[in-house]
Amino acid sequence: MEQQAGLQQRAAMKRHGRRQRARALQQRLLWRMAGYAAIIVSVLVIGLPIYWMLVASLKTSREIYIVPPTWIPLNPTLDNYPDAWRAAPFARYYINSIIVTLATTLSKMTLAVLTAYALVFLRFPGKNIVFLIVLAALMVPAQITIVPNFLTMGDLGLVNTYWGLILPGAATAFGTFLMRQYFMTLPREVFEAAEIDGAGHMRRLWEIAVPLAMPALVTTGLFAVVNEWNEFLWPLIITSTEDMRTLPIGVARLLDQEGLARWGVVMAGTMFVVLPVVVLFVWAQRYIVEGIAAGAVKG
Amino acid sequence: MSVFSVPRLRANAREWRESVLFLLLVGPNLLLLAAFTFWPMIYNAYLSTISWNFLSPIRRFVGLRNYETVLSSEIFRVVLINTAVFTVVSVAATMALGLGLALLLNQPLRWREGTRAVLFTPTVLSGAAIAIVWIYIFDPRFGLLAQILGWFGILSPNWLADPNWAMTALLIVYIWKNTGYAVVIYLAGLQTIDRTLYEAARIDGAGPWGQFWHVTLPGLSPIIFFLLVTSILACFQAFDIIRVMTDGGPVNATNMLVYHLYERGFIQSQAGPAGVVAMVMFVLMLILTLLQLRFLERRVHYS
Repeated sequence: MEQQAGLQQRAAMKRHGRRQRARALQQRLLWRMAGYAAIIVSVLVIGLPIYWMLVASLKTSREIYIVPPTWIPLNPTLDNYPDAWRAAPFARYYINSIIVTLATTLSKMTLAVLTAYALVFLRFPGKNIVFLIVLAALMVPAQITIVPNFLTMGDLGLVNTYWGLILPGAATAFGTFLMRQYFMTLPREVFEAAEIDGAGHMRRLWEIAVPLAMPALVTTGLFAVVNEWNEFLWPLIITSTEDMRTLPIGVARLLDQEGLARWGVVMAGTMFVVLPVVVLFVWAQRYIVEGIAAGAVKG
Repeated sequence: MSVFSVPRLRANAREWRESVLFLLLVGPNLLLLAAFTFWPMIYNAYLSTISWNFLSPIRRFVGLRNYETVLSSEIFRVVLINTAVFTVVSVAATMALGLGLALLLNQPLRWREGTRAVLFTPTVLSGAAIAIVWIYIFDPRFGLLAQILGWFGILSPNWLADPNWAMTALLIVYIWKNTGYAVVIYLAGLQTIDRTLYEAARIDGAGPWGQFWHVTLPGLSPIIFFLLVTSILACFQAFDIIRVMTDGGPVNATNMLVYHLYERGFIQSQAGPAGVVAMVMFVLMLILTLLQLRFLERRVHYS
């Protein structure tokens, strides 16, 4: 009797467990489907404007103005690209953008490494004050320095020059902060061993600190490249002639010039601006995305 | 005595050399920061107290009159309201959408990494280029959006020429641009939440909603705070898309802090009021950045 009751109970429990598991499985399946739906919808919404830019750059002027617009170019053409290249001095914009981006990025990386190394591995009576100064610099957004910096450049005679474009962005508080955080995680023993072997600070910096901190350094560099390439406000103010403009400023001027008359040409121009960054992003997206995420999680 | 002094001297010499090296290493960075970050703030404070058009040799000291002029002006009230509306809507939408998407993507799905990369793409594209593409999309006659609205029988507003719609258009672009960034940050945060906490919650009888409320949200709270502060700061600094897409218009409908600063300084050539706007922005952002630093400090302590 008792035994039977026990058996029945156990059977009931088994049934209950199976039902629970089935429900859990069903829930997980639903959740999975919702996940795939989210992927499809979000990729469509985010990707559509980017696709639209590419497609419009391949359409003839006549096709651009067809209502309703065509989703796939009827007879795709690359003519807009040479037209855009001729409509504004894009070759010059490219040279300027490359010079300013590379100079700023290299400067930021170098200064960040040197400052961070000094802050972590060197003894100095006022070290904390120096670090506080770097932190304080983080609190001043570049946007609000534009008027004084423009006046300073005027006093120095650097308006509309490469130096004028590069100097305000050459230092870095953020990069210094990032590199310092990373250097603090490196094992001290390696540096002590090198010191015993008679390596001076500069050798320890270049042969140990920099190679070990490569991941953080690459992240710093990539951020700088992307930000500098897209920088708009400062170049807009500090350049006054066509031959000093960078790409984002140049393409905005192309819009004013060709405006609503030749959208295909304008879109080709925007492709000139975004293509290098897209290529870089495809190649280094893991570093960029991981770097951003790690920065947020680790603080 | 003399026996001890020799090593002391040598130690002193080494300390001194190290100090010199320290100054050489931090010098260039600090000098540049001093020239282009700290000095401008002192300069702004000075500019805010004078009357000057940048060209004339005459600079008149007017005390706090510029502050009175700017802070009581109708345009500045509009700029502050626009900035507040833009910030609240864009931050709320970006953070809510981002969280929803991140929760859905936080499971072993195929193409997850690819999706993350696609969502992040608008973040790295030039604002000027994005603005131009969207001007084309917003065209009320042959634009993409007009066509999509047409499928639902809705007549497209004249987005960028209508003061009632320009801010909405701008918000659409910024939400489109920034949601992917929020997703990436949230996903990183979700990865750090301890799996066993979910097990424990389930054993305690918490359903999916209970698990979200008692495990996910508390676990994400530092990330949510980080995103909140950085997103608000980013909204206060918005400029490039506004400049290219709407030029602060129509009728100042999209005029915001940085655009207003640019307008006062470089279009109307009013050194004083430009200095005031910069000072106001600095105070607003300082409060936010200090909040963020408090948070950073706490995080650094933990790690």
